[in-house]
Amino acid sequence: MTSVPDEDRIVITGIGLAAPNGDNLGEYRAALLEGRSGVVPFETRYMPPTIAGVCNFDALKYQKRKEIRRGTRAGSIATYCAHEAVASSGLEWPAVRKDRVGVYVGITEHGNVETENEIFEISQFDYDTKVWSHHHNPRTVANNPAGEVTLSLGVTGPHVCIGAACAAGNAGFIHGLQMLRLREVDLAICGGVSESIHTFGIFASFQSQGALARNDDPQKACRPFDVNRNGIVVAEGGGLVTLERLPSALARGATIHGEIVGYAMNSDATDFVLPDANRQSECIQLALDRAGLRASDIDIVSSHATATEQGDVEEAKALGRVFADCPDVAINNTKSFIGHAMGAAGALELLGNLPAFGDGWAHATINLDDPDPECPLPQLVANEPRRLDDVRVLLNNSFGMLGINSVVIVRKFED
Amino acid sequence: MSPGDIRQVIVNILERIAPDEDLTDLDDSVAFREQMELDSMDFLDIVMELRKQYRIQIPEEDYEHLVTMDSTVSYLEPKLADVQPA
Repeated sequence: MTSVPDEDRIVITGIGLAAPNGDNLGEYRAALLEGRSGVVPFETRYMPPTIAGVCNFDALKYQKRKEIRRGTRAGSIATYCAHEAVASSGLEWPAVRKDRVGVYVGITEHGNVETENEIFEISQFDYDTKVWSHHHNPRTVANNPAGEVTLSLGVTGPHVCIGAACAAGNAGFIHGLQMLRLREVDLAICGGVSESIHTFGIFASFQSQGALARNDDPQKACRPFDVNRNGIVVAEGGGLVTLERLPSALARGATIHGEIVGYAMNSDATDFVLPDANRQSECIQLALDRAGLRASDIDIVSSHATATEQGDVEEAKALGRVFADCPDVAINNTKSFIGHAMGAAGALELLGNLPAFGDGWAHATINLDDPDPECPLPQLVANEPRRLDDVRVLLNNSFGMLGINSVVIVRKFED
Repeated sequence: MSPGDIRQVIVNILERIAPDEDLTDLDDSVAFREQMELDSMDFLDIVMELRKQYRIQIPEEDYEHLVTMDSTVSYLEPKLADVQPA
């Protein structure tokens, strides 16, 4: 392990999430261990009936109806997750210095939902731009989801959204960690969110790309590493945590869910869409090096695989290189349960694995009926959870378009 | 449209833009903003809804007529005189 001064050790002290198969960590973890999917039939404008991962959290738990109407779905998801994270952190929120809190929310995209809605609306009025909503700009600015969190929680420290395609969830965690180490803030509320199922464009674009999953049984549609996979299931969701420097967490007796001991981000610089196993494996290795860990120290790898043809093959190559000599590592995949939650994917996929530190289980990759020989990963946890002796370190992959790669390594907290 | 019809149009709009408010005891002679949580963006929503539903263009200099229910109905009455209630 790399030796880091205690004041630079960053720990997770609160967790808030909205997943298609759970409104909080307990529900979500149970669904992942029980093989319960959150993918359902879904309809969106202009498209034939499709499928999606749809959340069921109660937005009114933390927002008034007017706030929901005024804001965006991404803002609503972020607000719910942020409140849940703060509540679970045990922080006495009124006593927290709000100017020392930062909100860092990873997003894949933002603004498409509102833009599509407004164009549809003016199309009903012969494209008269006088009926274009005055709410369009505040809803579509790229900081909207993080900004809605600050409005709801009274945070006066910095807020920003991190646009990082489908690596955004990890990027949110990494940004929060960095701001804590820079002493810019004392508490980071960070992770990722996605409202993408509310834009038809993402479905239509994946369909045009030949990468939109289809299956008569929605729960069978997302099939990472399976030879019969046929594309992505789009999902909405969010996952935000409270991060703190270790001394402040210890001083208040916080429950510590894990310590972020390594991270890395890099770029393929090869293609708009197609991933690159070389850069992915370099990113994984960089995160390991920074953590001072060997591949054999990793107990669970949370894979990014989206169930696209080339994406899964490239990640399997990258994992095959780094973990070739690690027969005992458990490799799993959360998208098989909930679909691809885009900006929230990296966050939800890490958070769903965190309870393994306590319960010792690696959740499965479901729908892996016929493993693709082009993805030779014997360590995959296929269809049923795997009991592990002791789970001490998780590694979470999250990759995205334009060749953006991110890896976060979390270790079970040990003083 | 009668004044009563116009009042109902405004109530329907207010119910949409201020869904947390109870409008049953709305005092028609008192400013909306003294009885409800309405900000300038909400106020623009009233103008927008009238534009969408009835193609009424309300110039900015006339916004002062939309302060209370009574003044709003009076202002809209000539503009909606020939419109049949939905």
